[in-house]
Amino acid sequence: MQHTISVLVSNKFGVLSRISGLFSGRGFNIESLNVAETNDPNISRMTIVTRGDDQKIEQITKQLNKLVDIIKVIDLTEENFIDREMVLIKMNAEQKNREEILRIVEIFRAKVVDVSPATYTIEITGDEGKLKGIMELLRPLGIKEVVRSGRIALSRGMKSIN
Amino acid sequence: MPPKQTSVKKIISIDKAKKSQKPMKGRDIIVKALENEGCEVLFGYPGGTSMEIHQALTLSKKIRMVLPRHEQGGSFAAAGYARVTGKPGVCMATSGPGAINLLTGIMDAKLDSIPLIAITGQVPTSVMGSDAFQEADVVGATFPLVKHSYLITDIKDIPRIIHEAFHIASTGRPGPVLIDIPKNIQQQEGIVDFNVTFDVPGYKPNLKPAPQQIKKAAHFIKEAKRPIIYAGGGIIASEASEELRKLVKKTGIPITNTVMGLGTYPMDDPLSLHMLGMHGAVYANIAMNHADLVIALGVRFDDRVTGKLAEFCKNAKFIHVDIDPSEINKNISVDVPVQGDLKQALKMLNDAVEPKKDIGPWVKQIQGWKKEFPLDYQLDEKVIVPQSVIVETQKLADKDCIVSVGVGQHQMWVAQFWRFHSPRSWLCSSGLGSMGFGLPAAMGAQVACPDRQVINFEGDGSFLMNIQELQTLKIENIPVKNIVLNNAHLGMVAQWEDRFYKSLRGHTFIGDANFAEIADAFGIKGETISKPEEVVPALKRMLKHKGPYVLDVKYPYNDKSHGHVIPMIPGGHTYLDTILNQTHNLREYWKEKGIEP
Repeated sequence: MQHTISVLVSNKFGVLSRISGLFSGRGFNIESLNVAETNDPNISRMTIVTRGDDQKIEQITKQLNKLVDIIKVIDLTEENFIDREMVLIKMNAEQKNREEILRIVEIFRAKVVDVSPATYTIEITGDEGKLKGIMELLRPLGIKEVVRSGRIALSRGMKSIN
Repeated sequence: MPPKQTSVKKIISIDKAKKSQKPMKGRDIIVKALENEGCEVLFGYPGGTSMEIHQALTLSKKIRMVLPRHEQGGSFAAAGYARVTGKPGVCMATSGPGAINLLTGIMDAKLDSIPLIAITGQVPTSVMGSDAFQEADVVGATFPLVKHSYLITDIKDIPRIIHEAFHIASTGRPGPVLIDIPKNIQQQEGIVDFNVTFDVPGYKPNLKPAPQQIKKAAHFIKEAKRPIIYAGGGIIASEASEELRKLVKKTGIPITNTVMGLGTYPMDDPLSLHMLGMHGAVYANIAMNHADLVIALGVRFDDRVTGKLAEFCKNAKFIHVDIDPSEINKNISVDVPVQGDLKQALKMLNDAVEPKKDIGPWVKQIQGWKKEFPLDYQLDEKVIVPQSVIVETQKLADKDCIVSVGVGQHQMWVAQFWRFHSPRSWLCSSGLGSMGFGLPAAMGAQVACPDRQVINFEGDGSFLMNIQELQTLKIENIPVKNIVLNNAHLGMVAQWEDRFYKSLRGHTFIGDANFAEIADAFGIKGETISKPEEVVPALKRMLKHKGPYVLDVKYPYNDKSHGHVIPMIPGGHTYLDTILNQTHNLREYWKEKGIEP
């Protein structure tokens, strides 16, 4: 089963290496990883998407907790959470496709953020299902290039990791 | 990438430091911070980027600097010091090759949970990342080996980081901490604040066991009909040997030890089932696998203990007490997890348990197995039998002596035939199994305990791996007694060849060497023996000698069973596959007797 794990870390040199090394060294899989500073510049937040049975996820969270630079680990999968990912897609936008691409962009509430005579660059934000949907529709029309941000996530409601 | 430092400059933080304080060099700050942490011995090998610190150390009145003859020797010596004292051992090396030579010792400390501080010099920050001479990214290289690590880029951080390193290395589950210090930081001058406190938000090991889990554990113990205690290195790390003995005394439950746990419970006690696992006592493994409750204390269900996991203790419930949450449910799913300090947990448990009056038949059955499957060896009239050397040594040695071993057959024989009775007297690279461990570890222990007898058993292969430390013994007058069980082979691998590869020798003959002559070349007294009747007199001469000593015990490698470490559970198998002798495993033996396992 897929798990989304939020990790607060001290914003120190090497912390990303420690975490990625832990995953590779113990045979854990990273499906996506996002890391950036929080509102406290001393603390960064990582969102790690990984996969495994209960025993494996228990090991992953426990091993993460053992790292001295890690302040907090929360497996969001156990609760209600919102997750988002951003994708930038550069499309081959030939004359015959231009209308269709724009229609799809509108349906998915995406945005065209860059235009050239032969390309559109589309920005879209959403959860995994939404992104998968638009990608499937756009693929036959000719995707030139894709970049994804990796998932970020927060628990719903009053609850906070801090 | 740290900020670039172009020249040696003075940093003065007046706000914190006293105005009267004179600026100090980084190297002197390092040594003073080490002194403040109680460091009394340091095993360091100087080089271009650490010689500044050696300049400061040579003036220190509180720290004894011992020069190993190889950085790996220094790392094992620091671990030997830590294993007998419980205090962090400190080793140091220069950048690049020196630092990288510490890696085996660092990993050894990680796997055996030994508090170790490894200090490495680093090239100046101005050239870091440029592939400078003797530059190696040792922080990067040691990420998977350390409990934690630091790169110091600001002279003001030195006291805090050294304080944090000692605290992290020695608390919670102990382990190695590396501190990498660029040369320009050592040379820089500044006024720093030595008043440091520990404030690391990500490091708060929970020591206190949950009372309801202790209650649950006590209930499981009450209900059990065939309980057994399986105790390991965690007992030593938490200094809980006394509490363990109380638990056994109060409940009457039999106890077996891991190789790391040897000494936590006296082996002469009838309830001691000696060591379990691959080369453990047959009766310990039978008892484990017939138990209905396994009380696992400071252990990690290592594959050398469990063999085939799916078949391990199939009918048992598990209580598992450990300081490290990640050890609980790692290899075995347990019924009663207890996370916390073992000493505290055992104190609470001892108050909660009652004498087990209903386990008489179980204990009697175990005593039967003990009689039926003793740890044993056959003597020979013509050649020396290595196990007998171990037994004879203990008869002559001081009761409180410290025993060190390398890795291989001799290591397992000492584990099998030495009668351990107290903690922190046994130096064994158990998790990593690093050959070359014995001599330097013994050296570190002897430096820590100058008044105790330290005996180092080695195989010839293992001894050769750090033999240069004989010079350290001589020059520093460290009176370690070395007994080399010398069969000119890598015996453990040869044994596997005999068992599983039709005795085809794949580079396991290493050749004969006269270790007494090698000792002589270092100015150390030595003797070579090869006849059974020479053993006892030679041991007496060795133990009487005041200084370091090498006793070279020559015996032939022998592919008959008495040349092998027996009993043995082949890797990945179950206790029923225990090799008992040349002809039988336990399954066959029981089948012939008509016994259902």
